[in-house]
Amino acid sequence: MSVGLLFDATRCIGCGACSSACKEQNKLPGVVEAKTTAYTWTTVKSVNPAKPEEGPYMRHLCMHCKVPTCASVCPVLALTKTPEGPVVYDSAKCMGCRYCMMACPFDVPKYQWDKAVPIIGKCILCAGRLKDGKPSACAEACPVQATVFGKHEDLLREARERIRQNPSGYVDHVYGLTEAGGTSVLMISSVPFEKLGLKTDLPTEPPAMRTWQVLSNIPDFVAVWGVFLYGIHWITARRGEVAQAKGPLTKDMDDHERHL
Amino acid sequence: MNQTATLPARRFRIGFWTGVFGIIFLPFLVVTFLRFFKGLGAVTNLSDKFPWGLWIGFDLLCGVGLAAGAFTITAVVHLFNLKKFEPVVRPTVLTGFLGYGFVILALMFDLGQPWRIWHALIYWNPHSVMFEVAWCVMLYTTVLAVEFSPVVFERFGFHAPARIIHGLITPLVIAGVLLSTLHQSSLGSLYLIVPSKLHPLWYSQLLPLFFYVSAIGAGIGMVILESYLSERAFGRHLEMDLLEPLARAMVVALGIYGLMRLQVIVRNGSFTAITSLTYEGKMFLLEFVLGVILPVVLLSFRRMRTSPRWLVTGSFFAVLGFVVNRLNISVTGMERAAGTRYLPSIPEIIVSVGLVAIGMAVFALAVHFFPIFPERKLEGGD
Repeated sequence: MSVGLLFDATRCIGCGACSSACKEQNKLPGVVEAKTTAYTWTTVKSVNPAKPEEGPYMRHLCMHCKVPTCASVCPVLALTKTPEGPVVYDSAKCMGCRYCMMACPFDVPKYQWDKAVPIIGKCILCAGRLKDGKPSACAEACPVQATVFGKHEDLLREARERIRQNPSGYVDHVYGLTEAGGTSVLMISSVPFEKLGLKTDLPTEPPAMRTWQVLSNIPDFVAVWGVFLYGIHWITARRGEVAQAKGPLTKDMDDHERHL
Repeated sequence: MNQTATLPARRFRIGFWTGVFGIIFLPFLVVTFLRFFKGLGAVTNLSDKFPWGLWIGFDLLCGVGLAAGAFTITAVVHLFNLKKFEPVVRPTVLTGFLGYGFVILALMFDLGQPWRIWHALIYWNPHSVMFEVAWCVMLYTTVLAVEFSPVVFERFGFHAPARIIHGLITPLVIAGVLLSTLHQSSLGSLYLIVPSKLHPLWYSQLLPLFFYVSAIGAGIGMVILESYLSERAFGRHLEMDLLEPLARAMVVALGIYGLMRLQVIVRNGSFTAITSLTYEGKMFLLEFVLGVILPVVLLSFRRMRTSPRWLVTGSFFAVLGFVVNRLNISVTGMERAAGTRYLPSIPEIIVSVGLVAIGMAVFALAVHFFPIFPERKLEGGD
């Protein structure tokens, strides 16, 4: 059973209760910042520059990909996808290569640039609360159910139902269904997703597959290339022996090579 | 030994360069202190938008790439059995080893918690290119150290271990070529994961192949440059009869590489970015003209290859273009997606320059204490 979140941008009032609840739940220092950082794992902001108070508002948080790019690139398995859905982080393993930050198609992992002993910060979908059977802190705190927590298939059905009942009020797409291979966090909106600041040019297959196409061929490659190189050595060494045995030819061959 | 005869001149040079080294080294120590006690943010221009900068783009990507001469030359001598290139093996293997040492030191600065670098050995993630990179760095540095070790053994009169390594040279060189092939290409594979971020002038599923072939080209260019620098620093003669065919190999490698790059760019439709001279288009032209067109055209002429001045100039362009290419992939090509420009901070540059200076100083010391360059006499008698 995998769970996730559904964010409905048409319902969000931009109160910021989710960000505050997240800070409190995850004991993150400081105030809620304008953009997500290692210390602010989710933000809400208006995407209407002309009249910010009218909205719509948009949340930024980890999408919890089904095949997470961050987990696929982490050399030390500090980032992993749990069977329940959250992509979690084990700071005790992390050596700080920041490949996850580079690779994430949604630019989610952030770094503690101000620390001498830094770690990554990202939304972990309140994995600890989930174990106790509770929803994520942000979903629980939302006063208008703009963010709801539930089973992934229930949330997807709910999202499609809302779009079906009000086709003029929604863009006909559930964001996160196909993006980067699909995510545990789903989003629906009345305005095009790129206006919400979401990336709409993402491939539908997980980026991790592109790397795996290369990496999975390494054992075969090593075997073939190793034998090939030894073969070259074998042939050239033998050629050298033959040349030496024939004696006087050696000099001619050297001359010949020099002219090539 | 004729060493004593050249000593006065050499001592003067070392005195001058020791001064330069000191001038570079003092700020380097200050930045090192700040880096480890105040964090990456205090000394770098890195940010959440731009998490990889100069230390990855130059120190890692170029450091590894320009050390490619080592596996190329050892393969030429020990696998292709072209023994006449033997005189360049030792300096090239030493450069390779120091190049990898440079990369590892740079990683000590770039990694957030470098004291955990051994985690890559116990937590295996075969899906991560970085895991492959980590293992290749470690194993190939070991291979280079073993390949170089007979020089050290012989210097101190331990002939038995030197003989054992000499007997194992074929498997060692094959392991070195295999690891290098994987490692050079894996640095390109690192960027396969960012199809939506890296500009199409540089992104391609062929990135691993591009990295491999261009490293062979630029690695040979480095061997030629290095011979020139050694000539200047240690009063040696340029071995034109060896360098001229090497330049030919470089022209072939760069030619193949250039054609493949153009094919991909024409096919994926990003050629217009060049013709309309966008920021990325200009930077691509810079890399391509410097690193491919100039060296290939120049050194296609025998007259140019046999002239020390033009040979060195062509090789210099190849290496410079290679560096621009790696910086384009790690910086220029990522800037649009990041929504920000990145320029390295002064401290970042100080660290990179400082590490290069350390590498060159160690090379000079090694040449002083070990028989790196063959004696002229020996070569004549061969």
